[in-house]
Amino acid sequence: MKRVLPGFGLSMGVTLTYLGVIVLLPLVALVLRGAEIGPERFWAILTAPRTLAALQLTLVAGAMATVVNAAYGLLMAWVLVRYDFPGKRVLDALMDIPFALPTAVAGLALSALFSANGWFGALLEPMGIQVVFTIWGVAIAMSFTSIPFVVRTVQPVLEDLDTQYEQAAITLGAHPFTIFRKVIWPVILPSFLVGITLSFARSLGEFGAVVFIAGNLPMKTEIASLLAVIRLEEYDYNGAAAIAMVLLVIALLLLVVSNLLQARALRYKAKP
Amino acid sequence: MAMQVTSMMKRFGETEVLRGIDLNVRDGELVALLGPSGSGKTTLLKIIAGLDWPDAGSLSVDGEDWLRVRAQDRRTGFVFQHYALFPHMKVRDNIAFGLNVMPKDRRPPADRIAAKVDELLQFLQIAHLGGRYPAELSGGQRQRVALGRALAIGPKVLLLDEPFGALDAAIRRDLRRWLRDVHDKTGTTTIFVTHDQEEAFELADRVVVMGAGRIEQVGTADEIFDHPASPFVARFLGATVELPVILRAGRAEAPGLDASLLERRALPDGFATLFLRPAEIDLERDDASPFRIRQITSTGALRRVMLDGTGIVLEAELPRQRGADPLKVGDHVRLRPDAGRIFPGAARKAPPAPIPLKKETHR
Repeated sequence: MKRVLPGFGLSMGVTLTYLGVIVLLPLVALVLRGAEIGPERFWAILTAPRTLAALQLTLVAGAMATVVNAAYGLLMAWVLVRYDFPGKRVLDALMDIPFALPTAVAGLALSALFSANGWFGALLEPMGIQVVFTIWGVAIAMSFTSIPFVVRTVQPVLEDLDTQYEQAAITLGAHPFTIFRKVIWPVILPSFLVGITLSFARSLGEFGAVVFIAGNLPMKTEIASLLAVIRLEEYDYNGAAAIAMVLLVIALLLLVVSNLLQARALRYKAKP
Repeated sequence: MAMQVTSMMKRFGETEVLRGIDLNVRDGELVALLGPSGSGKTTLLKIIAGLDWPDAGSLSVDGEDWLRVRAQDRRTGFVFQHYALFPHMKVRDNIAFGLNVMPKDRRPPADRIAAKVDELLQFLQIAHLGGRYPAELSGGQRQRVALGRALAIGPKVLLLDEPFGALDAAIRRDLRRWLRDVHDKTGTTTIFVTHDQEEAFELADRVVVMGAGRIEQVGTADEIFDHPASPFVARFLGATVELPVILRAGRAEAPGLDASLLERRALPDGFATLFLRPAEIDLERDDASPFRIRQITSTGALRRVMLDGTGIVLEAELPRQRGADPLKVGDHVRLRPDAGRIFPGAARKAPPAPIPLKKETHR
């Protein structure tokens, strides 16, 4: 086939090389590093109580943040697409703040809000709810930095979803809940899955925002990536690499699962 | 199903989309709403379906006030211009949708639904497509599925919005015949919207011509084509030549016009406008006529002749063969229409200036 634009070979070469150097090479180095450790030592590092506690906290808090983001993000996307109200564009722009804001700034702001003399903390502490230095704080920080993923993946699909589908369903006798369940949901599900997967993956890797609010108590509020940093500072390269390997494997698994689910949900699209 | 629409009005903001629509549709009738875009025809269709609400007026179906019935309970089969087939459902599930979402106490059992879908697939000649997704179908096939989905609920009335608008010409003609067939077999009262006069005339029992939110004329194809009720209808149906004339004793007079083939009309003397279709105009060489040939182009079967004179530009279409002495650019000719429509009052395009009765000196 004759291509309209020239330079396929060049542009493809540049992008592949860049991808290799910036993304793949460090990953390979990490895996090689991990492989040097040897299975027994690797296992010992992973099953150390402090590592397990950190991984567990990261996964549980990440899951909590993702559940909240899934519900809130879907609602937010719906509101931004389906309703017109004053300030809609401002709200739309605000949704990108977590992406643009340095995570450390977010962490500082959140810990100031939730500390005992902050606006929220002053309300919550008397009720016996402590956020700072607990898993709740970790989850809130994770949620803050990863919410745009759900909104920004669902929003364009909702925008493309012509209201004619709903109108057709109405004339065929379907009521609102049925229309959402049978007509709207199946169409936005694939992108919704991508959104929550990305949100979860980002939550697992969140560092800057979390360390300010978590208190970082070993065995309690210490997240996995922080533990990797600590090991590195202790010149324990093997310990750091082992933890990083686990995070890498989880992230890759998430991507695979997300793509499989997506392919299944999108099986109705025409094959070329 | 018999339907009555009475003094229906609808505005979107400042725009009046419907300005008092009165329309009766008889049981089993196939009616076309014909009009240019912006004439309000799709809005009327959506109001009938319950997808839109009028600001005033009434809509009664078999004596029931439909403005008080929710869209879900009206049982209208609506076919959208772009079909709006549910992309994630196979053809079978699309057609079964209206049955599957019925409340449990009225929903037929699954095997009855399957049988009904089979029957429709058969009837619409798409039995082999049941297992496909809409994205895997051609435009014409999607159209059939959309109609099947609408028919599955046993609609009281079938509403089609520009049903063939998104298809190419050959498939259009086939589907037109097929739709007429479907209508005759099911006997479902059907209303469809179109901007294509040929489509409306060929398919419908009765054509409703709409313009700017009003019904301009209701009638059969011949009635509307031969006797347009208003200048709007005449223009819309291709009478693009508007000639300012003076009526004397029911006969149109204008310099360069030979109206001897036109019937006398029972209209008062005075200024009027003669509406002509380019194909109705024959030309005869006449050096005393103000009309001069500016340009001749061939469309293959026809020759299109552009004329000017008396301050207007007009177009005539002639058969290609013109004997030994063909007309040439620069010739003066006289118009000899074999049909035409006269409306009192001045033409829209030309100012109501006195018509020069003497030969115009041409530049």
